[in-house]
Amino acid sequence: MELIKIATAGSVDDGKSTLIGRLLYETGSLKTDQIEHIEEKSAARGFGYLDLSLATDGLLTEREQGITIDVSHIFFSTPKRRFIIADSPGHVEYTRNMVTGTSTAQASIILLDARKGVIEQTKRHFFITQLLGIKQIIFAVNKMDLVDYCKDVFDDIKTTLETLVKKHGQEGVSYHYTPVSALYNENVVSTSDKLDWYDGAPLLRLIESIPVEKNKANDGAFQIQYVIRPKREELHDYRGFAGNVRSGSFALGDPISIHPSGRKSIIKHIEKYGESVDQISSGENGTILLVDEIDASRGDSILNEQANVNRGKSLSATFCWMQDTPLTPGNKYWLQQGVQRSLVKVQSIRSKMDLEALENRQSNQLELNDIGKGVLALAQPITSKPYKENPALGAFILIDPNTFNTAGVGFIETA
Amino acid sequence: MSILKQLEEESIYIIREVAGQFNNPCLLFSGGKDSITLLHLAQKAFAPATIPFPLVHIDTGHNFPETIELRDKLVAEHGLRLIVGSVQDDIDAGNVVEEKGRHASRNSLQTTTLLNTIEKHKFDACMGGARRDEEKARAKERVFSVRDDFGQWNEKLQRPELFDMLNGMIHNGENVRVFPISNWTELDVWHYIRQENLEIPSIYYAHEREVFKRDNQWMPVSDYVSVEETDERKLTSVRFRTVGDMSCTAAVLSKATELDNIINEIGGSNFSERGARMDDKRSEGAMEERKKVGYF
Repeated sequence: MELIKIATAGSVDDGKSTLIGRLLYETGSLKTDQIEHIEEKSAARGFGYLDLSLATDGLLTEREQGITIDVSHIFFSTPKRRFIIADSPGHVEYTRNMVTGTSTAQASIILLDARKGVIEQTKRHFFITQLLGIKQIIFAVNKMDLVDYCKDVFDDIKTTLETLVKKHGQEGVSYHYTPVSALYNENVVSTSDKLDWYDGAPLLRLIESIPVEKNKANDGAFQIQYVIRPKREELHDYRGFAGNVRSGSFALGDPISIHPSGRKSIIKHIEKYGESVDQISSGENGTILLVDEIDASRGDSILNEQANVNRGKSLSATFCWMQDTPLTPGNKYWLQQGVQRSLVKVQSIRSKMDLEALENRQSNQLELNDIGKGVLALAQPITSKPYKENPALGAFILIDPNTFNTAGVGFIETA
Repeated sequence: MSILKQLEEESIYIIREVAGQFNNPCLLFSGGKDSITLLHLAQKAFAPATIPFPLVHIDTGHNFPETIELRDKLVAEHGLRLIVGSVQDDIDAGNVVEEKGRHASRNSLQTTTLLNTIEKHKFDACMGGARRDEEKARAKERVFSVRDDFGQWNEKLQRPELFDMLNGMIHNGENVRVFPISNWTELDVWHYIRQENLEIPSIYYAHEREVFKRDNQWMPVSDYVSVEETDERKLTSVRFRTVGDMSCTAAVLSKATELDNIINEIGGSNFSERGARMDDKRSEGAMEERKKVGYF
């Protein structure tokens, strides 16, 4: 069985929580005690139906306000697939949550209210999926019950969306358009008589069948997390570099070089959790032992000959800013790419995105929830690659050196 | 890659990040199936070396004896370091006051002992076996969850976690709770226990035990709970789905004596795992309130 992570976002009233609650309910993922709880609460609030949004709204403060304020991870499965839904709020002040929720996703569901059609939030969410390089995007037009399941309403919205996609969409992305009523379970798990004019698959069938894409970049880059040195007599000379293959693959006998020292060596042995293996590839953990006693430590990279990566001390990137104090030229941060870290200084901020017009505007700083472009100077060079070419080496976080909070995220354009 | 393989890779990556980023981490070990899974993952992560951190058991004094037996066996077999924080010691020292009445439990007292143990040993990271599928408030928990000087969890201060990049930078006095098996479900844990042939406390398997009915749940009869004359009692075949404090962990009626049967039962169960935890039922948002004051 396959695992797929899907990001959802939508405005307070789009019925996103209801849609997710519906998927949980219909796939039998809610247990009796959870359903009883929802029944009780729905009745207490005087609803004549099951308020399925109660299945997902996690925190007390949210339940009080009736809105979702953070990224929530929701699990369900069908015989075909396992799903993890990263659910985040759609308001402009939660842009950072949307970026966070979408960062680990392979697909995205963008929810629209049939009565309102494409609004600023739709564009913002769409832009974020493009920034993050999401390859499967589903536009779900919800609340079709409130527009009498009218085909024309859906078609109008679809046309507007197609114009948006044509103008701002990246290459190699699949777009899907589907009408639903989460509240009445129309076209969510099975085809709907009320939407008989729609000939596509219902939402659940769609997310069961869209392909899950893997990172195809072949730069062999392994980042060292920890050096294993057993304190035992018989393993006295054992020196294993434990870490993760960001991209590409490594095999026994491969010539490698260490970044940043530049020292060269050959792979003597590869282990996975104490057992020998011949090869490890993209996304996998492993422990690499080299023929020479080369010095390398946490944060260093082991690169193979296919690794065509940048190691400069300057890089330009698109940022999404996540803290109250703005991103301003001259500020210093810790940059973390995978497990590599370097101090950086902001050299310049050039522009910020107007998320309504989807146009770049000149700006010399980025505030909370802003997305914009700028240049960083690095104290130590890191191995990197433009995000579009290799996402595993192209994204980084910035850590505030005073608060240690994660202050923002960056997507490398050129290095 | 199978789902179990994917989950294992993700968890081991997180455990190695903990060892790489923190000076003095530990693994919170209750002796339950989740912490046994976590321990096994940690052992894989650092093979052939032994794990570079101690196990910490917050002992309520109301344990199932079977759990303690297995804990001690694992520690001896693998040459692990075990630190026990005792709730009884905190009661004796007057740091906490035992709850009274028929619903008395030491569950909430654990928090004080946990925080004292963290402070005493200056742990900067504590790994735990919590999962996002357990409870709604857990669904929003970060993999690296930063706690302040008072061990408090504040949802507004939680750091965004992007991609697989974990930020464990903290100030002196702060510490991080780490949840390497966040993305596992209860069934994943069971399948993994079967796949890796892990030994778990015998109380997870069906056995004869005297239980009594309280609030529609079957509770084990023990020295730690007061059973009233009117309570319905019987000797029957039960097993436990979680291993908590004996005073607040309900049994499920079951004849499943093998892993395969247990997996079938859980796969078809109509009740959620924490449905058998009285501690969550105290109020809407019980878990969230306990997390705020430093619960696991």
